[in-house]
Amino acid sequence: MRVALFIACYNDALFPDTGKAVTTVLERLGHTVEFPMAQTCCGQMHYNTGYRREAESLVGAFNDAFRGYDAIVTPSGSCGGHVRHHHETETAPNVYEFSEFLVDVLGVSDVGAYYPHRVTYHPTCHSLRMLRVGDKPLRLLRAVEGIDLVELPEAESCCGFGGTFAMKNSETSVAMLRDKMDNVHITKAGTLCASDNSCLMHIGAGLGRIKSGVRTLHLAEILAATK
Amino acid sequence: MTGSAAKDRILADIRSALHDVPRAERAEDVAVTRDYLDSHATGDVVGLFVERVRDYRATVTRVPEAEVPAEIARILAERGVRNLVVPPGFPREWLTAYDGSRLTDDPPLTAAELDASDGVVTLAARGVALTGTIVLDAGPGQGRRALSLVPDLHLCVVRTSQVLPDVPAAVRALVPDRPTTFISGPSATSDIELDRVEGVHGPRTLDVLLVVDS
Amino acid sequence: MSDEKVNVVWLGSPTFPNAAHDALRDGQLRRNLKHATTTIRDKRLRAVAELDDWETLRLAGSQIKDRVMRHLDEYLLRLEASVTAAGGVVHWAEDADAANRIVIELVRAKGADEVVKIKSMATQEIGLNEALAADGVTATETDLAELIVQLAGDRPSHILVPAIHRNRTEIRDIFRREMGKYGVAAPDDLTDEPRVLAEAARLHLREKFLRAKVAVSGANFACADTGTVAVVESEGNGRMCLTLPETLITVMGIEKVLPAFADLEVFLQLLPRSSTAERMNPYTSLWTGVTPGDGPQEFHLILLDNGRSATLADRQGRSALHCIRCSACLNVCPVYERTGGRSYGSVYPGPIGAVLTPQLVGVGTSKHADSLPFASTLCGACYDACPVRIDIPEMLVHLRAKVVDAHRGEKLPAPEALAMKAARVVFGSPRRLAVAERLGALGGRIAGIRGGRWLPGPAKKWTAARDVPVPPRESFRTWWRKAGRR
Ligand code: SF4
Repeated sequence: MRVALFIACYNDALFPDTGKAVTTVLERLGHTVEFPMAQTCCGQMHYNTGYRREAESLVGAFNDAFRGYDAIVTPSGSCGGHVRHHHETETAPNVYEFSEFLVDVLGVSDVGAYYPHRVTYHPTCHSLRMLRVGDKPLRLLRAVEGIDLVELPEAESCCGFGGTFAMKNSETSVAMLRDKMDNVHITKAGTLCASDNSCLMHIGAGLGRIKSGVRTLHLAEILAATK
Repeated sequence: MTGSAAKDRILADIRSALHDVPRAERAEDVAVTRDYLDSHATGDVVGLFVERVRDYRATVTRVPEAEVPAEIARILAERGVRNLVVPPGFPREWLTAYDGSRLTDDPPLTAAELDASDGVVTLAARGVALTGTIVLDAGPGQGRRALSLVPDLHLCVVRTSQVLPDVPAAVRALVPDRPTTFISGPSATSDIELDRVEGVHGPRTLDVLLVVDS
Repeated sequence: MSDEKVNVVWLGSPTFPNAAHDALRDGQLRRNLKHATTTIRDKRLRAVAELDDWETLRLAGSQIKDRVMRHLDEYLLRLEASVTAAGGVVHWAEDADAANRIVIELVRAKGADEVVKIKSMATQEIGLNEALAADGVTATETDLAELIVQLAGDRPSHILVPAIHRNRTEIRDIFRREMGKYGVAAPDDLTDEPRVLAEAARLHLREKFLRAKVAVSGANFACADTGTVAVVESEGNGRMCLTLPETLITVMGIEKVLPAFADLEVFLQLLPRSSTAERMNPYTSLWTGVTPGDGPQEFHLILLDNGRSATLADRQGRSALHCIRCSACLNVCPVYERTGGRSYGSVYPGPIGAVLTPQLVGVGTSKHADSLPFASTLCGACYDACPVRIDIPEMLVHLRAKVVDAHRGEKLPAPEALAMKAARVVFGSPRRLAVAERLGALGGRIAGIRGGRWLPGPAKKWTAARDVPVPPRESFRTWWRKAGRR
């Protein structure tokens, strides 16, 4: 199976560690990961903001970059969802969100990780309602050795990010963020985990501002951690 | 009929808006998949009806036919009904034990007279078990719609043989041109904090007498 | 009572972010909304979970609506024929003014100076009460929540429970203060217990029901084959209006028609569980034209377009007309929960309002309407809740594109448009992206390292409550290349 990493532009620029972690986990499971250098952006942000023309013009390049791979694995629920739903290309059906790929395609839930901390998990909206990953990320987390996984109250309610929503409707966004942060604090977890760095960046930036001490970590980075 | 010009313009606008619909397409060509269940009710349909009607805080009493008169009299006495609206066609023999006065709708009672009554007794057209619903269709013994609406108490006599399992069966059994009312419990509202409270404009008390058919 | 000009939107409404600014500061409103929406959310999930073929029902519901929309002209003609055959009179109204004129003429012909009303989105949309008032006719809203809004001179904030923004204590105060001005006053010892408040409404409205000559209603469904009209309600105020007056005037959006009476078996399962989270709402009334000796002896059905045929023309926006006004999408919406309905500046708030309002009034016609499709995080909760499967998130994105396209080529492009274009250029080539990433990392680190937690310009909106993420020293692609991987 030829596996490509589709990192998503914002992870490439802002969260390289997530990409490294995806690579680490997949290699640990015996797969070779390729990173097609021609990849840039899937157009999700353009599309969702109404710049459909700009978004459509990126579709062809995405397809060219990933042609020939059996699985295109991404640590971005929102970009994975966007490609699968809105790119009408030969590569689109081969795109998998990271937890989906592990559980559905590779059939594993225990990836041999060790993370001895209290963690709570926020299921991001696009993973939940666009990709329907269900409890796959939680199944992966439950199998992590040493983890103290606590349920996040009102987990399924949106964190308020929504891409440009966070700027255009920043006050509403922040109101939602505050409720999310309150719920995170209720869990007394030291780590907030999600499978999308965009929402995590938003929540993390809010937690940072109030100096809450809670760290945000992508699912892949927890799964990459070992003794 | 007002505005046939308006009608023509609206229809023309609709037709031009639907330019993408092939001319040859007929309405029936648009697929409707009807593989939803005919009924969600399983097992004892009448028992389910009783349970579901009670869920709305209506009372249900099951009685054999012979006991109907005594039971009607008992309920009315307990509720303090002395002035009862009786629709045309309601079986007279069922009111033999009731000793209060009767208001018949012939000539039609005024809204004020209905409002001044203590309650109404009616038959029903159907019952729906899954949703605990009573269906009235203004047939004999049910009266026109106002009769079961304005009085503050509604005593409704339903036969077990009238109870259908679920909504699809009820809709299929209805006669469309009759004025029909689905009644599920006493009048209620969720308008204050989205929390349900019983009792607004319709009858605040709904008592159901379920006659066990042999 | 309020006398603002309404036609779908309240004229002069501010954009969504500006309206939300005020709503978000209202702590009482936030608490009331949170309480009400969370109560109903859990209940709805339970009510829906009882039917294991829920998804099949939803599909059937959406397909029936799809059939209606694709053949709307035909179904309306059939409906007209069957209502007429059953003794009703059908009127066609292109817009709000036309519909209001028809109602006013009918009321005048009856010599009435008051009407009782059943809660109806269509009559709210056309500002009927205001139009009647201008003509000296008093319209009394008889739905409890609608009455609360009317007495308070307020704007509705929810399509099912227009007074959802008020809690019980506020309602008690409104009743105490206002009821006496319009009829039977609230009792002196009125408490804020919901049961007692409902009782006060019963007393206040009873005399109006008993003397009303004309009632005005909306319609939940109208069956083309039989001419049967359905009104779904809880309190019995609907039955009062549909039964006691001599004349009934029903104003119905043209999209409410159903192909057949038999289709009610789908919608009477979908609607109550989605709206009030009940197995069945207390009362559903079905009537077909006029029944001698039972109920109104004169029945008028007004078919209202008011932007609907234009909405129909947009294939990707068309299904907004499938809405059965259950309000489930409002109740699950995280944005609605925070801002309330009035921030949407339309009689149709929440997710459905964000897609319906701009279409009814026209995209590109006002800053207010154009702001609505952006009032969402695209979290998708509305789509999951919608009993007729309207893909609201996808439609929001479609309308965003229409808004963006309507403003393309403007002399002074918005900063966002420039940013999007610039991003498109950068993403056009992996090399340009790598350069941009390096520059961004540098700039970001400078801002971050200097403790630049408060950025100027448009980014200020981000940093009001959020730190700026500090970019890493090197991007993933740089690391990958340096590590000699392929
Ligand atoms: S859009 Fe769907 S969920 Fe929202 S009110 Fe309409 S029918 Fe209900």
